[in-house]
Amino acid sequence: MNGVFAKRRARLLAMKALRDSYAAGEKTFTCPRCGGDSDRRRVAQALYVCPRCGHHLSLGAYYRLGTILDPGSFRELNAKLSAADPLKFPGYREKLDAARRKTGLQEAVVTAAGAIDGRKCVVGVMDSRFLMGSMSAAVGEKITLAIEYAAKNRLPLILFSASGGARMQEGILSLMQMAKTSAAIARFSEKGLLFISVLTDPTTGGVTASFASLGDVILAEPGALIGFAGPRVIQQTIGETLPEGFQRAEYQDEHGFVDAVVPRSELRETLSRLLRLHERGGRQ
Amino acid sequence: MSELTPAQRVTAARHPQRPNITDYIGTLFTDFFEQHGDRLSGEDGAVLGGIALYHGRPVTVIGTRKGRTAEENIRCNFGMPSPTGYRKALRLMRQAEKFRRPVLTFIDTSGAYPGLEAEAQGQGEAIARNLFEMSRLTVPVIAVVTGEGNSGGALALGVADRVLMLENAVYAILSPEGFASILWKDAQRHEEACGVMKLTAPDLLGLGVIDEIIPEPEGGAHLAPRAVLGEVDRCLSRHLAELLRQSGAALAEGRYQKFRRMGANIQKEDP
Repeated sequence: MNGVFAKRRARLLAMKALRDSYAAGEKTFTCPRCGGDSDRRRVAQALYVCPRCGHHLSLGAYYRLGTILDPGSFRELNAKLSAADPLKFPGYREKLDAARRKTGLQEAVVTAAGAIDGRKCVVGVMDSRFLMGSMSAAVGEKITLAIEYAAKNRLPLILFSASGGARMQEGILSLMQMAKTSAAIARFSEKGLLFISVLTDPTTGGVTASFASLGDVILAEPGALIGFAGPRVIQQTIGETLPEGFQRAEYQDEHGFVDAVVPRSELRETLSRLLRLHERGGRQ
Repeated sequence: MSELTPAQRVTAARHPQRPNITDYIGTLFTDFFEQHGDRLSGEDGAVLGGIALYHGRPVTVIGTRKGRTAEENIRCNFGMPSPTGYRKALRLMRQAEKFRRPVLTFIDTSGAYPGLEAEAQGQGEAIARNLFEMSRLTVPVIAVVTGEGNSGGALALGVADRVLMLENAVYAILSPEGFASILWKDAQRHEEACGVMKLTAPDLLGLGVIDEIIPEPEGGAHLAPRAVLGEVDRCLSRHLAELLRQSGAALAEGRYQKFRRMGANIQKEDP
């Protein structure tokens, strides 16, 4: 019986992931960074890393989950939780509707229970296509519920960040999600449980200044922009051009703010290894 | 009570003669001993902190510092802290925990400094760490938003059991100029931003983000600073007395639940 459900779940995730991928009809794929053309199938096989320059393209949340979780282990948490319009902000509802239609997502984060090489875990993935992955009250709530679910079930937690920062249209309530998620991570941490934060392009603003920076282990994808203030704001403030590579994953590694920069092709294996290394006394 | 528009409140909140951290410490506290440095990388003048007596009781007092003259402002970087400042604040809060002193913070900042060095030193990590650690302190924590409270740079001193706010202070995700620039790509529309951001004390009380509004004289706090300092003192001492009756565990639990509720019930339940 379990097998039937697992199969259905695997199919469901595969269908949702398909919608995420860069699977448009054309045969060649042009990298937005190097401009080089590659065979689209090869790009897909490389998990949407440009075979020519190694540029890591943004991934949709469901597609990402499909690359990380064991087939059939995916079970979405709080799938229906979605943004409201708490400040009655002009035009916000329309923006939300458009983002939902465009991405097929309810919000800028998808959270799920699943397993990696048989080890159960809770995984949250932010999706930068949904209003820049900005943090609404609903995003903060979904992440906090995922943290609390992991704490209650004593499971390791993995959060993939991709966010332009605060959701402007939710103002101060967006800001408060930083405190809420960070406090939830503090409680989770007190239980001796593992939190792995994976920073993907871009991770900035309130997400950087809250849960994303609080991992026991922090990984980053190559080339990901990671910082608190955005490059444009910094440039305006200091009135100088920013150095090459500033705020990129490799820069953050050099400055001591990530444990490792991990290419996408090795990410699942690295996460699996870390889960294994945190098992106590060989227990499952 | 005055009834200023949101944009007028922003102007009042930024008034150079508005009581600042130095005035609060000088008037409400005695025997202030200032502490310098984060013990990691340096000293940041944008955050002022130390030990003082508040109505005879030792407390840790921390605030962002804005200057009144150009020279003062250069020394305190116009009240925009660097990671060093947040880490100094964290060091002082941990000491407060050790010596069982209440933590009182005064927030008046246009935001965390968005500079090259600040990023290199981990501005995001420094703020995140403060949110994490403040949420679990077992001593009373009270934050007073006295002027501008912008962005994570303000919240990094604001995870408190009680958040009090002066009537014309503002507390927001970022400055109205930054907001207009990000959302509409036009910083000139900042007055319009003030109107939609819900950044005034009455707005925030309604949203459950703050606990009490401290009244100001008509026109703003700079017109009668002494009266305002007295009002802050009365409000602060009343809340502190209430919190001192609670156990450390109850304080930490209450603070967790306070922030846990923020925005918890405003999603669309079933789209």
